[in-house]
Amino acid sequence: MASSTLASARAEPAAPSRARRTRGLAAGGAVFVLLLIVVALAAPLIAPADPIRQSLRGRLSAPTLSGADGKAHLLGTDHLGRDVFSRVVYGARVSLLVGFAAVIVGGLVGASLGLLAGFRGGWADSVIMTLADAQLAFPFILLAIGIIAVLGPSFTTLIVVIGLSGWVTYARVLRSQVLVLRSREFVDAIHALGGSVARVIARHVLPNVLSSLVVIATLELARAIVLEATLSFLGLGVQPPTPSWGGMVHEGREYLDSAWWISTAPGIVLMLTSIVVSRTGDWLRDLLDPTLRGE
Amino acid sequence: MRGLVPFLASRLLRAAVALWLVSTVVFVVMRLSGDPVPLLLPPDAPQSEFARVRAELGLDRPLPVQYAVFLGHVMRGDFGQSIHFRQSAFRVVLGYLPATFELGLAAFALALLVALPIGVVSAVKRNSVVDQATMGLALVGQSAPTFFIGILLILVVSLNLGLLPTSGRDGWHSLVLPALTLGAFAMASIARLTRSAVLEVLRADYIRTARAKGVTEALVVVKHTLKNAAVPIVTITGLQFGTLLGGAVVTETVFAWPGIGRLAIQSIYNRDYPIVQCTVFVSAVLFIVINFCIDLIYGLLDPRVRSS
Repeated sequence: MASSTLASARAEPAAPSRARRTRGLAAGGAVFVLLLIVVALAAPLIAPADPIRQSLRGRLSAPTLSGADGKAHLLGTDHLGRDVFSRVVYGARVSLLVGFAAVIVGGLVGASLGLLAGFRGGWADSVIMTLADAQLAFPFILLAIGIIAVLGPSFTTLIVVIGLSGWVTYARVLRSQVLVLRSREFVDAIHALGGSVARVIARHVLPNVLSSLVVIATLELARAIVLEATLSFLGLGVQPPTPSWGGMVHEGREYLDSAWWISTAPGIVLMLTSIVVSRTGDWLRDLLDPTLRGE
Repeated sequence: MRGLVPFLASRLLRAAVALWLVSTVVFVVMRLSGDPVPLLLPPDAPQSEFARVRAELGLDRPLPVQYAVFLGHVMRGDFGQSIHFRQSAFRVVLGYLPATFELGLAAFALALLVALPIGVVSAVKRNSVVDQATMGLALVGQSAPTFFIGILLILVVSLNLGLLPTSGRDGWHSLVLPALTLGAFAMASIARLTRSAVLEVLRADYIRTARAKGVTEALVVVKHTLKNAAVPIVTITGLQFGTLLGGAVVTETVFAWPGIGRLAIQSIYNRDYPIVQCTVFVSAVLFIVINFCIDLIYGLLDPRVRSS
């Protein structure tokens, strides 16, 4: 109901020059994500120090080029004397690992359920779509908190919970694509000639929704990264001493007055990542798939 | 009123399914988490004592029976005794609810007060400096993590400028920063949607007619545009109110605001599961009831949605 209003309210015709600008911005966003992946993979080469090695003498040092231990601490050290810059670099690993894994889990579950709902129709369709509606009718973070509270935080729990929180959009897109194609004659022809459902999915459904899936996955990546950071900030995500951006913001909270860099450094990187990734999703949507607006 | 009853029935069904789903997930997760009895008894308690408590909690009965009993309890608001507070979990949660309501309403009011004028001005002065600056800020507000907005506000407003307290619930000035943090996302969304709703109306033929008649620009905006842009704004705004509840967990934790969100997090640390379950459930009910009311209002305002 609301989405149709939203779609019509937001749609604005894009001029050619604007399209070119959008393309540039989307490319810039993609470069940012690639850079982040490189930083995460090459963390041991980039980080000047061991992210979990403590140093009691070098505690709470402000950003400096020559610290108490004679080394540079570009973003200072935290309450245990750990190098904040190195921890931010290693934190990218956690964010991206959980983020991408959650997107894959959510995408696989959502796509399978969407295809099932579309091809089977009938009660399978009603059950799946009612589940989707029900999940959207509830702030998932509350349920996530409840589940993680009982099961205990671990990488697997985190990935599964965050992944499952985002399956609905994939399912809806695939289902509607299947419904569009199912009524077409050439699909009947494929069936008549002995072609399998798998062939229809691989040759006709997926190519048609690929750009939508890329857009959804990008927006989901931003959401997953923020959700992981939020859960880690609440103490329900990645556990110390493993550096995660949300966890670092939490650790630095008590020292905001005296050592502001502990919280702000990872927080700003997180905020930047979230903004750039979600804007990249928006730009990709404008470029590839304007029909998704308002989803 | 044709179509309103089926519309409401389908919405009611959806709300019921959502509640059932939440309670089922809570039940399954509880069972997955293993035997709660060792948590309740001292480790040296005799075997007979374990059996007695297990029977008392109904854990010796078959799973389907346990599930039915659980659903029955949930419907009566019976989530058992809080381990930490030593009283009914439901009563504890109800005691923390007013603080959350206060924060939620303040955040919502603040979001509306700031976002509506900004959205209208941005649309009327499209592509101006004001428009680009506020919409840029709105994009940041929509994708920045809530907890970090709170941390930044504490750092700048409380610690550096010394204007407002960092935490607690003590008069209106302790409410400003939490309300701003919690309302940031809604504020950004409402501002953007107001802008596009107003822009949409400004393009309409009847606006051109009004201008051609010689109606002043101010009157065109106030009388002809705002009225017509109101329906989408009201809906989206209402939906934002529901999402505020989810953000309350984070905001209350950042600002040590004594509401149900912070209660939930603390109860997790205390391993006080009855409270955790009860907060999850009470917030689910609140969220669903609010959304249902919005659907109801929307269905009354705009008959077209009933058919969809």
